[in-house]
Amino acid sequence: MSGAQEAALAAQKQDIRSRWLLSAPALLIIFVAAIGPLFVMLFYSFMVKGDYGDVKFGEFSLEGWTSVFFERDIFDDTLGLADAHLSIIWRSIQLSFFTTILTVILGFPTAYFIATRPPHTREIWVFLVTIPFWTNLLIRTFAMQQVIRNEGLLNTALLWLGVIKSPLQIIYTDTANLLGMTYVYLPLMVLPLYASIEKLDFRLVEAGYDLYATRFQVLRRIVIPLVKPGIIAGSILVFIPSLGAYVIPRVLGGGKNMMLGNLIEMQFGSGRNWPLGAAMSITLMILVTAALIIYVRNASRGGNGHV
Amino acid sequence: MTTKLITTTALAAIATLAVASAASAAGELNIYNWGDYTNPELIKKFEKQFDVKVTVTDYDSNDTALAKVRAGGHGFDVVVPSANYVPIWIKEGLIEEARPDQMENFKNVDPRWVDVPWDKGRHYTVPWQWGLTGIGVNSKVYGGDINTSAIFLDPPPELAGKINVAPEMNDVLFATIKYFGGEWCTMDKEVLRKVRDKLVEAKSKWLAMDYSVTEKLPAGDYSAVYYWNGAIMRSRLKNADIKFGYPKEGFPFFMDSVALLKDAKNPENAKLFMNFIMDPENAAMISAFAKYSNGIKGSEKFLPAEMQTAPELVVPAEFEAAGSFLESCEPETQQLYTKIWTELQK
Repeated sequence: MSGAQEAALAAQKQDIRSRWLLSAPALLIIFVAAIGPLFVMLFYSFMVKGDYGDVKFGEFSLEGWTSVFFERDIFDDTLGLADAHLSIIWRSIQLSFFTTILTVILGFPTAYFIATRPPHTREIWVFLVTIPFWTNLLIRTFAMQQVIRNEGLLNTALLWLGVIKSPLQIIYTDTANLLGMTYVYLPLMVLPLYASIEKLDFRLVEAGYDLYATRFQVLRRIVIPLVKPGIIAGSILVFIPSLGAYVIPRVLGGGKNMMLGNLIEMQFGSGRNWPLGAAMSITLMILVTAALIIYVRNASRGGNGHV
Repeated sequence: MTTKLITTTALAAIATLAVASAASAAGELNIYNWGDYTNPELIKKFEKQFDVKVTVTDYDSNDTALAKVRAGGHGFDVVVPSANYVPIWIKEGLIEEARPDQMENFKNVDPRWVDVPWDKGRHYTVPWQWGLTGIGVNSKVYGGDINTSAIFLDPPPELAGKINVAPEMNDVLFATIKYFGGEWCTMDKEVLRKVRDKLVEAKSKWLAMDYSVTEKLPAGDYSAVYYWNGAIMRSRLKNADIKFGYPKEGFPFFMDSVALLKDAKNPENAKLFMNFIMDPENAAMISAFAKYSNGIKGSEKFLPAEMQTAPELVVPAEFEAAGSFLESCEPETQQLYTKIWTELQK
């Protein structure tokens, strides 16, 4: 081996080492602040629950896990599916799914509009999309509450215009949750969609028109397949936080119909069942991971991967 | 007691700001109390009198407070648990035997609140406020009898779909168990089955299980509530159509009491505070703010006139017997109740 090669190899090693060193603080934070607590949760989920919250250390039990999906009937003690938990999980999945669909429908035209502006004005539009992030989630949720409540902006306006005779009951329904989540998570859909549409080669669209494609055909056969990675990335960004939503169902849903986040909170509060809460949190993570796996598979099949 | 997490933060912030200006304080006191429950004027007065810098931190449920204090490193000196939680705090070794019964102002405590089941002879805790969970109805919407839990369990058609129920497991289960003639902490499956079925059926006629009553009951978003009396009184002061009812089948009393934490950093200031709030004039300040009764004799004459005769606070003799205190049930019972409660929220 020549000296030059050796030197190059040494330089490469040096380079790798310095990269590791540079990323060490971030890795450390991720390990200490994210992965560490996860192990604590995993550990707690296998403990016996304490009488007044907490767990009894050193007493192992699978009950936390089995009671996520199964429960003994309150009255005849038969083991059956945990109907309450499953319907709450199912509601969370459904609402998150519809939120994702709604944000795609609303976000796509927005992103398309931004991406087709002259380059120097695009930045202003993107900037406008990010403005809601300047405000705390809780405050945005309360703002939404003021809009849709019975005495709120929307109902007052509709009553005044004579469109409706009595206020629409929107707040404290699943519709309110859906509206709230769509409003809060919409920017998370618009941004990746924009990034993807911006890269779209509009000569392909022109070629489509030249070949007598209708506008709908161009959208369906050319634009959507090309921006699919953006749609998928946006969907993941919207779907995941929706699944774990806590504040929105509490403020807009009226606390009457729980979502998974609220169910978990209850176990650590008045439910006094920390192992169950821990097991549920991990179940939520598994759901999220499953969604991510589907995404990765989808993206790799699409060929051009993530934007 | 209740969570009032929503309207509170601003008040807490104001209180903290007011407190921060007392720069030359000789000591500190960290109070951990329910949100929207501590009169900032009372705090100011205490700070001035004893030259102590007070910080108030809010919590929204007994379980939150319990979990946080047990985790350690909280830095609080006093906490204000509800009656049914005091035995847990004692049992878990979290609060100190501060012997308020030997303090100077203890003579002012109403004898009714001295030999309480959760703290016999008051060796640990000082009364803060007490109240009950009852019915609030907008009389413009419904004019019938409101002294019954049927308002939220078998709602009249006028009220269906406009009802808010306190999202507090114990209070709701208590009234429902009593509605079917059961005893609190019962494990009787027959009664509990009726309770579960009734709640599931009734819930379809509820609008929400939320804490924002003082705002939404007067505004008309809710036409009826099962909620804490002080909050309903505050609603009535904003809207005179709000009437208060005592569920004749049975309703829960609550009392929140001030206790000294075992790992308090400022135990002496905490004791000063405990003695301070047993003074009738100061106790009246507590009530004037949150609109619940206190347990101190002689505080009545310092109360705002509107509170001395308030129908929400002065329990009529005929309903007195229907009320009883929420005791803390055995863990197995609690677990069973939690299951019913979870089923209700699916």
